[in-house]
This record gives sequence, C-alpha cells and structure tokens, in this order.
Amino acid sequence: MSEAAAIHAHAPRPMEGIRVYNVKLGMWVFLLSEVMFFSGLIGAYIILRFANPEQWAAPGEVLNVTLTAFNTFMLICSSVTMVKAFAAIEHGDQAGLKRWLLATIVLGAAFVGIQVFEYIKLAEHGFVPMASQYAADGGGPLYGSTFYTMTGFHGAHVTIGVLCLIFTLVKALRGHYTEEYYSGVEIMGLYWHFVDLVWIILFTIVYLI
Amino acid sequence: MANKKPNYYLVWLYLLVLTIAEVGVAFLSGLPFEVLVFILLSLAIWKAALVAMYYMHLRFEPPRLVIIALAPLPLAVLITIVVVTMEVF
Repeated sequence: MSEAAAIHAHAPRPMEGIRVYNVKLGMWVFLLSEVMFFSGLIGAYIILRFANPEQWAAPGEVLNVTLTAFNTFMLICSSVTMVKAFAAIEHGDQAGLKRWLLATIVLGAAFVGIQVFEYIKLAEHGFVPMASQYAADGGGPLYGSTFYTMTGFHGAHVTIGVLCLIFTLVKALRGHYTEEYYSGVEIMGLYWHFVDLVWIILFTIVYLI
Repeated sequence: MANKKPNYYLVWLYLLVLTIAEVGVAFLSGLPFEVLVFILLSLAIWKAALVAMYYMHLRFEPPRLVIIALAPLPLAVLITIVVVTMEVF
C-alpha cells in the first residue's frame, strides 16, 4: 500500500446519514451562500426604493419589458434543456447529453447577448448606472445603480454558467460522463437552475414592480 | 437522483404561463400597488418553488438536504420584513 493510500484508508469516512454525495452537498452549500448574497442585494434594493420612491420610473417607462420577458422565456427554456441533459445521461444517452448541453449553452449565451444589447440600448437613451436624467419627470441615480448592480451580478452568474457549461460539454464530448458517473452534469444543472431561479425573482422585482 | 420522473415540459409550461400572467397583471390589471406587489411576488415565489422542486429535484431529495436547502430562507424573509417595517413605520 502506498503512503497516500494508507492515509486515505485511515481518513474519516464521510457522513452517511444524509445520503447525498459530497460534490452535490458542496454545491448546495455554495448555492445557499448565493441565496445570502442575492438576499443582501435585494434587501438593499428594497430599503433604497422605499426611502426614495421618487427616483424610480414606472415599470416599462425606461426598461424594455417586452425584450426582457422574451429573455426570461429563453432562460426558462434553457432550464428545460439543462434538465433534459441530466435526464439523458442518467439513462446513459450520450448523444442526448451533448445535444441538450449544446442547446443550453446557445440559450444561455443568447440571454447574455440580449442583456448586453439591452444595456447598450439603455445607455444610448442616457440610462447609465449613475444617470439622473432619463425619464420624463427626471429620476435619480439610485434607479440605474440598483438596476445595473442586480442585473449585472446576475448576468455575471449566467456568463460563468455558460463557461462552465462549455467545460461540461467538452468533458461530455470526451465521453467523461456515464450512466453511473454523472455528478458533474447534475451539479452543473443545480447551479444553472439556481441562476434561473434568481432571475425569476429579479425579473419581478426589477422590471414589473 | 429522482426515482419518479417529473414531467419537465409540464413544469416549463407552468413557468411560461405564470410569466405571461405576471406581465399581464403588471401592465393590464390596474390594481392598487400593494395588491399588485402581493400578486406579483406570489407568482414569482410560485415559479421559484417549481424550479427548486422539479428542476433542482429538491422534491425527490432526502429530507436532510431539503432542510439544509431551506435553512437560509427564514433569514431572507426576516431581512425583508425588518427592512420593510423599518421603512414603513
């Protein structure tokens, strides 16, 4: 027995009671820290908005809700394709895994692309992070600051998600995942669905209310 | 590991219909602001719960993982309540 194996043999056994493999538990704990992160942002948004209601424009007045509703639809679709990728590899369907992962990447990248397009259009109309002259009745710097902070942090999460998906697809193309070994696809899915979940909340709070 | 297979397309349809309902309520209903906020947040939480339960398979996970996953939510609710009551009263 090599030294490394000897150490391994005497290492404490992972806790069995929870019946969840370690990588998945780790991803869940990470996602919980993300819940706290976004709760902080949303909490700050509520404080600022209640204290300064005059700085917010009416829904749809400045932001393009139609475009973003379509973008929301794409992110929801990307959650279906992600879960289908997971369902595929669970049954050992390699072709299905690759196809659905690719679809998820395309939809996720399209979401980021549309968000960048939205930012450019908003900036052209003078709605930049600290702008105070964008609406008919003036406005204030808080609307833009909170909008770009919240959607920006979410967009960064989607971007990182797309990069991780590409990494997952490359591994899938190399035949890394099997019917018995699919944890990478499952935890990728958990992250991706969480990002979708955050967007569901943000879309309502930032665009509709 | 989901033993029972949820119908992923049905969940997608729910999410789609609820999103359309949200946009419709926000722009066409003409309800008072407080009622509107309540309805919109309820719909958003419903959608979020669907994603967590079916796409993230939380419904099919062992109870201990569910408890871990739900642990920060009371804190998120608390922070929101504290913040709102602080500003309103």
